[in-house]
Amino acid sequence: MSGLCNHSLELTGLAGDRASAVHRLDPRAKIIGLLSVTIVAVSAPLELWPVYVACAAVLVAVAAGARVRPRDLWRRVRVVLPFVLVLGALVPFVRKGGASYDIGPLAVHEAGLAVCAAVSAKAIIGTLSAALLGTTTTFPQVLRGFEAMHVPRLFVLIAAFMYRYLFVIVEEVGRMRAALVSRGYRPRHALQGGPMGRMATAMFLRTYSRGERVYHAMLARGYNGTMPQLVPLTLRRADILFVTGVLALILSVRIVGAAA
Amino acid sequence: MTCVVHARGLRYSYPGHHEALRGIDLRIVHGERVAVLGPNGAGKTTFMMHLNGLMMGDGELEVAGLTVAKGTLAQLRARVGVVFQDPDDQLFMPTVREDVAFGPLNMGLDRDAVHERVEDALGKVRMLHVIDRAPYQLSMGERRRVAIATVLAMDPSLLVLDEPSANLDPRARRELLEVLETIQRTMLVTTHDLPLAAELCERAVILAAGRIVGDGPCHEILADPELLAAHDLELPAGFDLAAIERRSRPRAAV
Repeated sequence: MSGLCNHSLELTGLAGDRASAVHRLDPRAKIIGLLSVTIVAVSAPLELWPVYVACAAVLVAVAAGARVRPRDLWRRVRVVLPFVLVLGALVPFVRKGGASYDIGPLAVHEAGLAVCAAVSAKAIIGTLSAALLGTTTTFPQVLRGFEAMHVPRLFVLIAAFMYRYLFVIVEEVGRMRAALVSRGYRPRHALQGGPMGRMATAMFLRTYSRGERVYHAMLARGYNGTMPQLVPLTLRRADILFVTGVLALILSVRIVGAAA
Repeated sequence: MTCVVHARGLRYSYPGHHEALRGIDLRIVHGERVAVLGPNGAGKTTFMMHLNGLMMGDGELEVAGLTVAKGTLAQLRARVGVVFQDPDDQLFMPTVREDVAFGPLNMGLDRDAVHERVEDALGKVRMLHVIDRAPYQLSMGERRRVAIATVLAMDPSLLVLDEPSANLDPRARRELLEVLETIQRTMLVTTHDLPLAAELCERAVILAAGRIVGDGPCHEILADPELLAAHDLELPAGFDLAAIERRSRPRAAV
């Protein structure tokens, strides 16, 4: 097998101490806990900073509990976060209100700065909690969590097959590209993109027939429309404690903060 | 002796009137290992797909004591294990353990029994050490062996292998052969790897243009260069049939 093997450890997505209490939590507990951190942070009013602090504290605690190194987290959030932050950084120039400071030809407004800070905090919390879910839970486990939470089976199946066959398809595309290039294909402008289009068509047809073959293989082993589960998920006390602890902290800060 | 496969006048046409099977008559008894040889497009895979009802043609077909028909499919698929040519098609679950468990779970076994079968089947193909890996982390030879375990876990009475040695390097092929030799089960192997057939199977059937054109002891069929050449098959140059020794015999017929 080609290069994929070398990345295999990274492909599980896990980081930190795999035997940690956080890693061993039921995927549902982690999905609910981390998703509610995101939802509470995103839905909190802009000026309610205690909520952001509470959410960040939960994330730091989870990361510390899972012994995830900051470097590993950064490697995951750097894919998304810079784009979001750049958008946030534009706000102070656009949103007017309060004192304003001149930077060359542009003016920065105080109200805009406040919005920018709050939006950035929301973005960082949201991205970090998704990244933490990914570093402490394998993708198949996340899917099983969703399935157990009654997310429609079709969505879960589609995601599962995408995960399984992504690498197969990427390899196939790589081989087709190599075949194009080795016959001297070097597009210089858009009008020479035709072969790429035909490659996409071929890829579609191949994926389609692969889907058919996989389905046959499933039928051959008695598939009857439901995916059987080998080890059923069970909620233990630690899972309940985790979810209730997280919810109690962030919701109380949110409610008390809003009332004050 | 009980029959595992009994086909009489089996015919199948693909949509568009391409006739893939033109009247197949074949009997395979318990404990036999039969190689189905033939060039590409001879109908080998089509025939194989009939054995567990993925395709249904005209004529009569009994497999593992069941008449192939809509009503018997669930039972049939538990009794006939098909290992497909591309293991990536066969291994669709996120981990090897879940993949091997897929068949037994579909058969409605309880979880303890399933765990036992998964470990037993992986042990038989010497792949127990990859039980928690993902299929894409395995080499082609390893995937092929895991694919065989996924069917062995269902404890089928007939094992059907489609081109088991395709895309394997010599070492992976040798390891696969060693594993297959230890599996005591009625086996039907479609291949054009004639040395593999010679080592593994005692009987060979030649399929050409949808018909059976040769049937007999494997070493006799392979020793007939004219018959082979007439159907686009040939042994590797310098191959000495006499030097091949089948190291294990299938279980005596029950």
